[in-house]
Amino acid sequence: MRAIELADVGRAYGERVALTGVTLAVEEGETLAVFGSNGAGKTTLLRILATLLRPHRGVARVLGRELPKEGWAVRGQVGFLGHEPLLYRDLTARENLRFHARLHDVAFTRVDELLEAVGLQSRADDPVHTYSRGMVQRTAVCRAVLHEPALLLLDEPLAGLDPGAAGLVAPLIGGGTRVLISHDVEHGLAEADLVLGLKGGRMAFCERDVSEADVRALFT
Amino acid sequence: MRRAVGALIRKDLRLELRSRESVPAMVLFSLSTFVLFHFALDEAEVSGGLASGILWVTLLFAAILGINRLFVAEREEGGFDGFLLAPVDRTSLFVAKATVLFCFLAAVEVFVVAAFAILLLGPSPWPGLPSLVLVLGLADVGIAVIGTLVAALAVQTRARDLLVPLLALPLSVPLVIAGARACEPLLAADGAGALEARWLGVLGLYDLVFGLLAYAIFDFLLEE
Repeated sequence: MRAIELADVGRAYGERVALTGVTLAVEEGETLAVFGSNGAGKTTLLRILATLLRPHRGVARVLGRELPKEGWAVRGQVGFLGHEPLLYRDLTARENLRFHARLHDVAFTRVDELLEAVGLQSRADDPVHTYSRGMVQRTAVCRAVLHEPALLLLDEPLAGLDPGAAGLVAPLIGGGTRVLISHDVEHGLAEADLVLGLKGGRMAFCERDVSEADVRALFT
Repeated sequence: MRRAVGALIRKDLRLELRSRESVPAMVLFSLSTFVLFHFALDEAEVSGGLASGILWVTLLFAAILGINRLFVAEREEGGFDGFLLAPVDRTSLFVAKATVLFCFLAAVEVFVVAAFAILLLGPSPWPGLPSLVLVLGLADVGIAVIGTLVAALAVQTRARDLLVPLLALPLSVPLVIAGARACEPLLAADGAGALEARWLGVLGLYDLVFGLLAYAIFDFLLEE
């Protein structure tokens, strides 16, 4: 089954077109790497796939369901890690994750497993506002994968993480069907089965074999 | 839905206990207002319709403070996205927020009614207290429903701080009229009189109508 199918998908914010004419297909188990400079439409694409934004044109199907009509069926099957950690700063990491576990009907033992996996067990009962950037990111990764989603939508998942922390997080977000936004060209290409290049909201390319030079050309 | 409502209520109450941003501000605002009324009216004690009016206007303005802050954590800390990504009925957010606002109002009223009785009220509040609690409870349901609806609408806009009072105050007029009229005999100078059933009916009807309306339209308010 195709995990993602987009046909001429576009989105505008008022008069400004943020994304237009995106057409692609991602098979189950594949990783789509998305590259583009700031404002190229990467985050808009990710939010459309997460059902957080409606596409204004085209057809978008995620996990076999058409968006936004069948968005209700996709929610809960998608793990979203965007720019914001989606964590309450006055709650502890454990409280935040337990809150999301309740919403997703996930057992609390999964929360403890994840906190252990990312090395946050000893600080799990401290409020998130006392955390470093890397610790917040590790907690946000736990939130995104808490319900073992069928599709992971990741925007710079290793941002703010030192090599040790990145090594802890990598197994949690590796494998499965993924959409990965990255500014690290080398790492992004190494992870990708399919590469989407966006420039000014338009598709510059969407291919399986893309050179590093092609990707770097997006930023010039 | 019960699971999501429970999780949201627990989270909001925990955040309020930790940050203490809403309830203490509402209480302090109410106390300041009583002091202002005391000097503005130049009366040591009030009773009857005047007492009832002062109490209701103060409570309503204090409620506006709580309504303004109802979705602050959702807006500033990505709570909306986190909730919208979960496979739960979106109306659960309305039910949870209205319940939380009701709890905040009830907590505020414990302090505010006591302070009102000490600072301004002439007659003893004790004889009419059970009826007063009933009227406040019914009115709080209406304020919680309207407040949640207005807060959810306003939070999507840039002028949210202006929109909340501009929308919530006119919509609350029937509540204030019914609440003030119902409380008038309870705070009478010559002892608490009987509660008029028709004002309780108005409050109950208002709660029912706006409760159903909010339940029906809240889902659309969350659409981007």
